[in-house]
Amino acid sequence: MTAELAAGIAQWLRRLGATVTGAVSQLGFAARFLIAVLWHTPHAFRRIHLTLREIYFTGVLSLVIILMSGLFVGMVLSLQGYETLKRYGADEQLGILVALALVRELGPVISGLLFASRAGSAITAEIGLMKTTEQLAAMEMMAVDPLARVVAPRFWGGVISMPLLAALFSAAGIFGGYLVGVRLIGIDAGAFWGQMQAGVDVWPDVTNGIIKSVVFGAAVSLISVFEGYIAKPTAEGVASATTRTVVISSLAILALDFVMTAFMFRGANAA
Amino acid sequence: MNRAAIDLWVGIFVALGFGAILFLALKVGNLLTLDGTPGYRLEASFDNIGGLKLRAPVKAAGVVVGRVEGVQLDTKSYEAVVTLRIDREYQFSKDTIAAINTSGLLGEVYVALDAGGDTTMLKDGDQIAKTQSAIVIEKLISQFLFDKASSPDGGSFGGSEPAKAADKAAEGAKK
Repeated sequence: MTAELAAGIAQWLRRLGATVTGAVSQLGFAARFLIAVLWHTPHAFRRIHLTLREIYFTGVLSLVIILMSGLFVGMVLSLQGYETLKRYGADEQLGILVALALVRELGPVISGLLFASRAGSAITAEIGLMKTTEQLAAMEMMAVDPLARVVAPRFWGGVISMPLLAALFSAAGIFGGYLVGVRLIGIDAGAFWGQMQAGVDVWPDVTNGIIKSVVFGAAVSLISVFEGYIAKPTAEGVASATTRTVVISSLAILALDFVMTAFMFRGANAA
Repeated sequence: MNRAAIDLWVGIFVALGFGAILFLALKVGNLLTLDGTPGYRLEASFDNIGGLKLRAPVKAAGVVVGRVEGVQLDTKSYEAVVTLRIDREYQFSKDTIAAINTSGLLGEVYVALDAGGDTTMLKDGDQIAKTQSAIVIEKLISQFLFDKASSPDGGSFGGSEPAKAADKAAEGAKK
């Protein structure tokens, strides 16, 4: 009885150990993968049309979803914010509320999440399918490094697209907030823009939002290309890699956002 | 999709993105109007600055004319020395009064400049001689209660007497 119990515990511990070792080695592999991708950066920019093509697929084709969601998020923020601010007689402050929420948090985070699910999953599926159909192996046979030809352009396409998408999201959101706040509810337009301009600073608010979106872009792009690259070369493997990309990217965005916010918005700016 | 079309679309996308960043910086963050224009610095000492923060607005007649650039404690007089950066286009006379006000009950704290009648103007680095400290509401309330307790009718809180005292306190606060 005791021997059985001990064996059971030992097996459980072994499984735990194997999981941790696997996770650590995967993390190490991801770090080396990142260095390898960065090493091939010159290639992505020397053959710029490869990167431009990726910006087209990840950035331009995401424009509609980003602009539409930005508009709606801004409009909802404006409606909800007005209801709350009205209680304190501070409804003129709606401009600050909408702009700060979008520029600091919602712009980078929501566009990051949308980017992960729209563009990140597509990148993973594409690279995973290339691996399944042995296109990557064929490239290696022809002495073309798939890291330089396939992975680096997709990584940099994502890193470049993401901050632009986040800025467009914030701008569309502020426009949506303006539509609801000024056009629908009837807050004075001068107060809306004036309070916003008095309360939002280029440094630290806007710049920190841009820094966040660049970091999210790098994280999502790395996760997407990495998951595609290590996907099991089966239909099932590509499917689960795509799922993992979206899940891990979303978690990474939210966790990174917390860490960066904790560092960025403490101190003099707190009020 | 041929290469020229992709180039065109990427160009449009990047231009739009930079347009959005510019919009955030200029229209939302107001980069040009206050931070871009050169200004001059004035100093003012206050007994108490209350909740004044860095980058709080400096207003004259309600118009934002500058920002609070620095707050230090003078270790000799134990007064707060506030550095104000004023836009160059606004000039203030030598006898200007600086006061720390609050917009509304919960609003932001700002420095109000009340221009005087002197013909000589303040220059870069000058000190504003006449200042008025922030009003600490807790102090006001305790003063009011103390006045009530020591008044002859034994501090009853009904009737018109406390209302008058409150008016007086409010007036004192305004002064």
